[in-house]
Parts: sequence; structure tokens; C-alpha cells
Amino acid sequence: MLPDELKLKLREVIAGAESPREKAIDVMFEIQELQGWMSDEAMVEAAELLGMTPLELEELATFYDYIYRSPVGKYVIKVCDSTVCWLEGHQRVVDYLSGRLGIPLGGTSADGLFTLLPVCCIGYCDRAPAMVINKRVFGNLTPEKIDRVLGQLAEKADFSGSE
Amino acid sequence: MEFDYPRVLFKNRKPDRVATLEEYRESGGYEALQKFVGGRVSPKEVIRLVSESGLLGRGGAGFPAGMKWSSVPDSSPFPRYLVANADEMEPGTFKDRVLMHVDPHCIIEGMVLAAYSFSASKGFFFVRPSYESSAHILERELEIARKAGFLGHRILGTDFSFDIVVHRSGGRYICGEASALLNAIMGKRPNPVKPPPYPTEKGLWEKPTVVNNVETLANIPHILRNGPEWFKGLSATGHGAGTKLYAISGRVSRPGAVELPIGTRFSEIIDEHCGGMAPGARFKACLPGGASTRFMTGEHYDIPMDFEDLKKIGNRLGTAAIMVFDHNTCLLGATLNLMEFFARESCGWCTPCREGLPYMLELLRRIENGEGREEYIPNLRILCKQVWNSYCALAPGAAEPVISLLDFFEDEVRQHISEKGCPFHAKAGH
Repeated sequence: MLPDELKLKLREVIAGAESPREKAIDVMFEIQELQGWMSDEAMVEAAELLGMTPLELEELATFYDYIYRSPVGKYVIKVCDSTVCWLEGHQRVVDYLSGRLGIPLGGTSADGLFTLLPVCCIGYCDRAPAMVINKRVFGNLTPEKIDRVLGQLAEKADFSGSE
Repeated sequence: MEFDYPRVLFKNRKPDRVATLEEYRESGGYEALQKFVGGRVSPKEVIRLVSESGLLGRGGAGFPAGMKWSSVPDSSPFPRYLVANADEMEPGTFKDRVLMHVDPHCIIEGMVLAAYSFSASKGFFFVRPSYESSAHILERELEIARKAGFLGHRILGTDFSFDIVVHRSGGRYICGEASALLNAIMGKRPNPVKPPPYPTEKGLWEKPTVVNNVETLANIPHILRNGPEWFKGLSATGHGAGTKLYAISGRVSRPGAVELPIGTRFSEIIDEHCGGMAPGARFKACLPGGASTRFMTGEHYDIPMDFEDLKKIGNRLGTAAIMVFDHNTCLLGATLNLMEFFARESCGWCTPCREGLPYMLELLRRIENGEGREEYIPNLRILCKQVWNSYCALAPGAAEPVISLLDFFEDEVRQHISEKGCPFHAKAGH
């Protein structure tokens, strides 16, 4: 069940729209902010708020890169694997993260903190290789920088914005 | 190194922060809004000036901006909508992100003026998830513009009202395609829609809708304030108009986004503004306008980087996102990587793209891995033609690197086949 407070907030978000389903992504982002991913129960409740059938919402949830229909870690680390990052050594970044977190691409760490995924170009080609964690981007990655970022994550609960 | 170039879109660029409303106003910002909207100048005059300026859309297609606005029929219904496309999801592109972080108010003012030209009442700023920082900046600055009377209900005390909301995308490449983008905003699966009707007649909720790229919109206040002749004079060539944001990445010393007169020579962009090639790297080829343009070789190293000049050599300026590859880069590997992107991001709506791109991906992968056969080369050429049967332009775009790889680097591809492996593999380390 979605908490009443969240539902209230979601109703406000939807009220500002031309049509309710325009806010489908915002609503799912809000739910993920709180619960991490879109469970079946959350899908049904969100669809009802949006005036959609759960199937219609499913069409969107399974389509987009940043909506998760399976549980993910608190921090979803997506390593860009498109052209310029490929050129600048994205594989080394993946290998380093994978080794440090002890998970393969697609895996979630045992403590539930980290999920490691590939992602297509995130628009930071001038700072390749780059990764995005939740919605915050980090570029010019080196092992030292990755260590620093992961260290900060362990300390900080709140996490938004850009570097 | 200092260059005596007019800076327009990046004139308020700061090394570490976003320009404020005050800084934008000090540089002449919102003067065009005061003059044209505040002065109730005819919307037709706004369109005429922008048409005369020769501004071509900066999102990739290079469609004349004024013509797009004027294609909203006078008699068409209300409300009308404007969309700023900041999806920018093609590999290599990042200029719009930089622009949003440099001077957001020139985009906002451009949107209000664009909206005024065809009487739109609501605007959507469509932003991809990895640009959350841009979305955050925009929402903050939109509120500042609203409080200053430049946006919202009765702008500058006139009877013209227009407001903008930031629409966050869930993140897929297809969303940058205008018709798919409109479906995305409406909360539908973002399938592309084949015109007619064009969005300018029936777009969002069947109402007239104009979709413009962020950089296109940012040029509008400057054109209206300084005039079309001034804008044409900014170009480095006789046939171009304006400045251009070039986003350079890959094997250069200083990758980044730079503003230069449109038509600046490729050699100058790389050698002067990017500090030349990266240490130890020699130029081999580039994609001059994003991932869906053709490889360009050293033969055209001096080409003026304008729509027309690239068209002349059978290429496209696209988004002017220049990805530079050096002599150690396996271009088959680069093309394989591009195809991984296109195949993964295919929206799946039509068969040639959904099935054709993975087919090409598999052939490229086999060749790169040393399992290639001679007949894969003609097969790839056939597939490159077949994807033109797709519903939208993204699949033909995906074929551009492949067909140009075969046109210019067929020997390199054949070498993979004859040597049963990648000749660069040991050298490049990827």
C-alpha cells in the first residue's frame, strides 16, 4: 500500500496536468524515490491514480530505462557504454565497480545498497568515461574518483542533483 | 588562445555556475520580449524576422525555424502548445545540456517569443533523466522568470499568457523523435507517428503543437533584438546563418562544447578550439553530427562545418556533435558499439528497425570477433537499404555509420575477416 502522504502528493502532481496520464513518469519516479522500484501493488495503485489500467501503465514502466519493475539497490549505478565512453575505457570502469561491489552487471549487492547496470549515452561525452547514480552524473572516472564517490554514498542519505 | 568571435548563446558562460536573470538582463536579455510581446508587435512580424534570419533548426534536421511556426494554420484551434526538445539522447550530443547550464533564460525568453508567434498558451520542456540537474535549474529559473513578469499569466501586463512546465522523461532514445516525444508527454507509449497530419496541425491532444530544439529557441531573442542581417553576418560562410554550438568529444585534447560562427572549418575547431588531437593520437575519422551521420575522413579535414557544406559531401551537420576517432581506434568496433546503442534503443514499433538493427548488430559482432564471412559485407549493405522502410528517421540514421564504414573503410572490415579477428584489439585495449 502506498502511504497516504505520498498519495496526497501524487494527487497534487496529477492535478496540475492537462490530462492525468501525462504525469505517469513523475508518479512512478515519486514512488521509486520512496520504495526504490515499482512493485505490482504500486503499479495497480499508481494506475488508478492516473486513470489508466495497470496494463497501460505497464506499457510505460517496461519501456523506460529509469523505471524498475524489479527490486534495485538504494543506489542504481549505471555505467555509460556508448561510443565515447567505450573509446575512453568504459570497460575498465565496469570491471572496477564490479570488483569493488562484488557484483556483475545487472547484479545487486548483498547489503541492498548497490545495483550495477549498463546505460546508453548519458550526454556527458566531454567527461567520458561517465556514470549516473540514481539521477546524478559523475564523469572523468578513475579508480580513485570511483572510490571517493562510493565513500560519499556510504555517508550521505540524501542524493540528488549533479556533480 | 583568444579569438575575436561574437559570442551569442555562450556570452554569459561562467566557469562554475549558471548565469542569473540579472546577468542575462544586463547582456540585453528580455529586451526582445519587451519590444515584441510588450509592444504587441504582430506575431507575423516575429515569424517574418526569424524566417529572414535563415535560422535552421539545431536539433539535427535543419528545418527552417520560421517556416515551422508559420505552418500552424491561422484558423487552427486552441489551446496550442510549444515543446522544447531537450531529450538529446544520441551518442555524442551534449550541447543542449551545456546551454541549459550556461544561460537558461535565453531559452526561456526564446520559448515565450516562439509561443507568441503562433499563440501557444502552454509549453513543455522535455528533459531526459540524466539531465536531472538541468531540469532542476530550469524549474528554479522558470519561477524566477514568472515572478519577474516574463512568464505566466498576462506577460508584461499584456493579454498574452504562456506558461512552461518541465516534463521529465523516463529515458529512451526514441523520445527525441518529435512525434514520439508528443506521445511521451501525453503518457502514451512513445511510438513515432507518420505524418500527415503534422504536429503543427494535430499534435498534443490533437491541438497544434510546435517542437523546437533548445538551441534553436535560444537563438530567437538574439535574432529579434539584433535583426536578421546581424544573424546572417555571424556565419563564417556566405550561405550560413548564426553561430553554432559544436560539441566535440573523443580523441581530442580538450573535449567540450564551443560556440563558433556556423561554417567554421573543421580543422580550426579541432586544432584551435580543442587543443588538437589527444597526445599521441592521429586523426583517422569523425562522426561530424552525432551518431546518425556518416564517418568523415581526413580528406575533408578543412570543410566548413555548415549544413550546406556537409550536404555537398553526402554527409549531414546533424546536431554538430563531433566524435573524433584516432588511428588506434577500430572503426568497426566503434560502429558495433553504435549499433548496440541503436538496436537496444529501437522502440520496437516497426519491423525493419526492430528486426533489422539486431541483424546488423550480429553481423558486425561476428566480424569484430573474427567469425566474419565475405558475404556479410553485401548483406550489411542490403540491410542498410532495407531499414529505410522504417516508420521514423531513426533507423535510417542508424545505418549511416555502417554504410559509411563500408564506403570508406571496407579494407579495415575485410582485414577483420581475413585475419579472423580485430587488428586493433591488442593496440587499443578495448
